[in-house]
Amino acid sequence: MSQERESLVGLLKQDVLYQEAVHACINCGTCTAICPAARFYDYDPRRLISDIQNVNEQELVEILKSDIIWYCGQCLSCKTRCPRNNVPGFLITALRSLSQDKGYFAASNEGNKQLTVKRIVGENIIKYGYCVFIDEIGTENHPEQGPVWEWYRNNADSILKKLGANYKGEGPGTLRRISKEDLDELYNILKETKALDRFDNIERYCND
Amino acid sequence: MIKQGKKNVWKEYQKEIPDDNYYYARSCIRQNFFPASETIFLRIIREVLGKTIYDDEHQTTCTGIAYHSDIVPFDTTMTVAARQFSLMNIASQKNFIISCVTSFGIYSEVMETWKHHPEILEKTREHLRNATGREFSSPEIIAHTSDIIFKYREQIKEKAKFLLVNKSTGKPLRVVEHIGCHYAKIFPEKGIGGAEFPYVLAGMVENWGGEVIDYPERRHCCGFGFRHYIIKENRGYSLSNTKLKFDSMEAYEPDFIITNCPGCTFFLDRWQYVIAEMEEKTYGKDGFGIPVLTYEEVAGLVLGWDPYSLGLQLHQVSVEPLLDKMGINYNENDKYLGNNNEDIGRPAFPFNLKVTKNKQNDD
Ligand code: SF4
Ligand code: SF4
Repeated sequence: MSQERESLVGLLKQDVLYQEAVHACINCGTCTAICPAARFYDYDPRRLISDIQNVNEQELVEILKSDIIWYCGQCLSCKTRCPRNNVPGFLITALRSLSQDKGYFAASNEGNKQLTVKRIVGENIIKYGYCVFIDEIGTENHPEQGPVWEWYRNNADSILKKLGANYKGEGPGTLRRISKEDLDELYNILKETKALDRFDNIERYCND
Repeated sequence: MIKQGKKNVWKEYQKEIPDDNYYYARSCIRQNFFPASETIFLRIIREVLGKTIYDDEHQTTCTGIAYHSDIVPFDTTMTVAARQFSLMNIASQKNFIISCVTSFGIYSEVMETWKHHPEILEKTREHLRNATGREFSSPEIIAHTSDIIFKYREQIKEKAKFLLVNKSTGKPLRVVEHIGCHYAKIFPEKGIGGAEFPYVLAGMVENWGGEVIDYPERRHCCGFGFRHYIIKENRGYSLSNTKLKFDSMEAYEPDFIITNCPGCTFFLDRWQYVIAEMEEKTYGKDGFGIPVLTYEEVAGLVLGWDPYSLGLQLHQVSVEPLLDKMGINYNENDKYLGNNNEDIGRPAFPFNLKVTKNKQNDD
């Protein structure tokens, strides 16, 4: 491998999401104008796309260590509107991947919060085969769920039967239990495609 | 004139929607938060439209939420998609229809990536083989399940018991349609009407007698934000974006909101409760909120199905003001009964948000 390919900049440019995301930016600012994250955070997708085009190694390290790459909400509104077919949202995905693979994410407050995401969504996927599952969603962590959710969870068997679901049952249907064989296949995919390596990285680098 | 212009714009985006023989890809969020909606969809497809649909017990999450919150690489998501396609092959199906809007964006992105990068498709095949021993071929067509209801909106109307019309005034109900961002913003050509003038929900609403409201923040995201919602400290991002939309739509006095994304339905429902409790601000009449419904629930009401068999009692914002306007009979005493009319109590009342016309306090 050439030195260019081994460099962080080289690795970033090999990511297909980077290749889809970055073309010549005309700095029109349309992305920033419509970006929900720019509305509520100190975040500017125009600036990021503009900066990344001729970023050097040291500058890229600073970006990978920063909070900036964690503010995007992945709505992808920017994909529709950019007149140059740039996609700040895809660039963000490429930067977050690189930041996590190399351990830089733990240097930022926002990056550290990946531990929460891994422990909730990552573990739900392994345990249930669903990314969210009613049994794990309590009103303590989710007060916005309101009293109706409390009542629903406390009476889940009765309510879900009434609504025709197959809650934790065998066979097909709403909220069915996913079999061990299917969960094993899913787990093997997580392993084969290095999602489990990323989970390990997140556990290793983040402050608990 | 302007409306005509918009209609012409959406006509440019006429996508192919399969007419029968579906493979059903379920949604984690829809199953958990609106657990009757997918059952309603299956009933409409099978009992109302007489079509066949395969509901597969072996499918899993698409990992879309993990991908967009960056805890799994794109390779993982592509390989999980490949596994779902392999299951579809085994079921001898070719029309892959998707309940979740996040998943719909995921499958669209995966298939576009494979189309433009055959070497990535080969790599995915290898991953799937190594992990599961499976082979696969891609679907002939993928569509969102709201596309199917849109396609058959007229057939549903022919069997309608109720229309989206205010029974006492005879006027069309005023409806906010909210389209999940990943339905058409990523690949506009894959959504009916494209990203700027999506017609998938507006088509249902107009066909069933309602009137669609245009408001300034109509295309703004509900604010899910993936990681931002999952992380408690960041959840204000989601709330703030939803509030922006409600402040923008309020003056147009919507009778209800219809959405095609289960996440959006959830946020637009629950954040109204939070805004009411935190700010004492409600967006409907007399202290109520604006009801927010999935398109399956709306179709079920139009077909005359019992509101509490549709799971409407699981919304935090009360839907009864909408039922009253449509002239739908209901007995509020039945609302919170369990299976076989079992008495399972009822949810506590919120402090500020009105959820019943009766006296509301828990003392
Ligand atoms: S909308 Fe596109 S061209 Fe304009 S500033 Fe953003 S990335 Fe650059
Ligand atoms: S995907 Fe991210 S950068 Fe693009 S508009 Fe949405 S929040 Fe902004």
